[in-house]
Amino acid sequence: MDPVAAKYIGAGIACLGMAGAGIGLGNLFGQFLSGALRNPSAADGQRGTLLLGFALTEALGIFSLLIALLLLFAV
Amino acid sequence: MAADGHGHSPIKQFEIKEVLPIDLFGIDASLTNSGIYMLVALGLIFSFLYFSTGGRNLVPTRLQSVSELIYEFVANTVRENIGTQGMQFFPLVFSLFIFVLVLNLLGMIPIPGLTFTVTSHIAVTAALALLVIGIVILYGLYKHGLGFFGIFVPSGVPAALYPILIPIEIISFISRPISLSVRLFANMLAGHIALKIFAGFVGLLLGAGVWSILAPLPLALTVALTALEFLVAVLQAYVFAVLTCIYLNDAVHGSH
Repeated sequence: MDPVAAKYIGAGIACLGMAGAGIGLGNLFGQFLSGALRNPSAADGQRGTLLLGFALTEALGIFSLLIALLLLFAV
Repeated sequence: MAADGHGHSPIKQFEIKEVLPIDLFGIDASLTNSGIYMLVALGLIFSFLYFSTGGRNLVPTRLQSVSELIYEFVANTVRENIGTQGMQFFPLVFSLFIFVLVLNLLGMIPIPGLTFTVTSHIAVTAALALLVIGIVILYGLYKHGLGFFGIFVPSGVPAALYPILIPIEIISFISRPISLSVRLFANMLAGHIALKIFAGFVGLLLGAGVWSILAPLPLALTVALTALEFLVAVLQAYVFAVLTCIYLNDAVHGSH
């Protein structure tokens, strides 16, 4: 296979990892919302934890994007 | 990373340019745009904290209440994660937090030809992460002696599982500085590349005849992404501080 084509295909496949981050983020915010609607008074205190979870989950998606970017620009 | 010739490559913004070549006994210690950005950040932090807290008013002025807010925020984070014993590490966590925060935010200011995000280079974030993990190991050994290695032994599991669990714990400990540094650097790098790519779409669409009516779409997306990047810049600084606290907690309180 043409190595340049393989590079672009690899970058595309690496982006699939972002689906995992999407599932994680959807889960995170969905669970938070369902919990927050059940007990709105407790929701405000957990906003920091929510954002921490958001940043940690989002970072994993960014890792796969990073692999794709490395394939596109650095390899 | 090799920036390819033409000027619109999305990774060109991460280029390190030498400003003042300094050769220190064969070691390249030149002042680069990265170094200048760090010095600017240091100057900003120092002058902000110096002038805002210089008055020491009982009723804080506007600037003083901002620095008090940041102080309270970091102090609460340290207290929640390490406990009151951990307050000896407050200066470290505060410095890391505010340094990363200011560098992240400075990178968000668009200055044509000069914009540079220091934290988008793994050399910088890895140095910070190694500093944190080095302090964790040294302080843990100093405080608990060899008992510090008890953090690798999970409590409440049968001893028969130790041969499997202890290597896993050791691997997870070793991967901490890697994930800590890669998280910050990758977030900054990916965010700025995404901004540049979407901004590039605006230019592409404007030059595409009838399709130029679609140009406001990527422009709006760029604005939204910029807002997201500001959130990420603050969040990643916070995450860096929180994870530093969590790792230091192991060193202060020993095995779990």
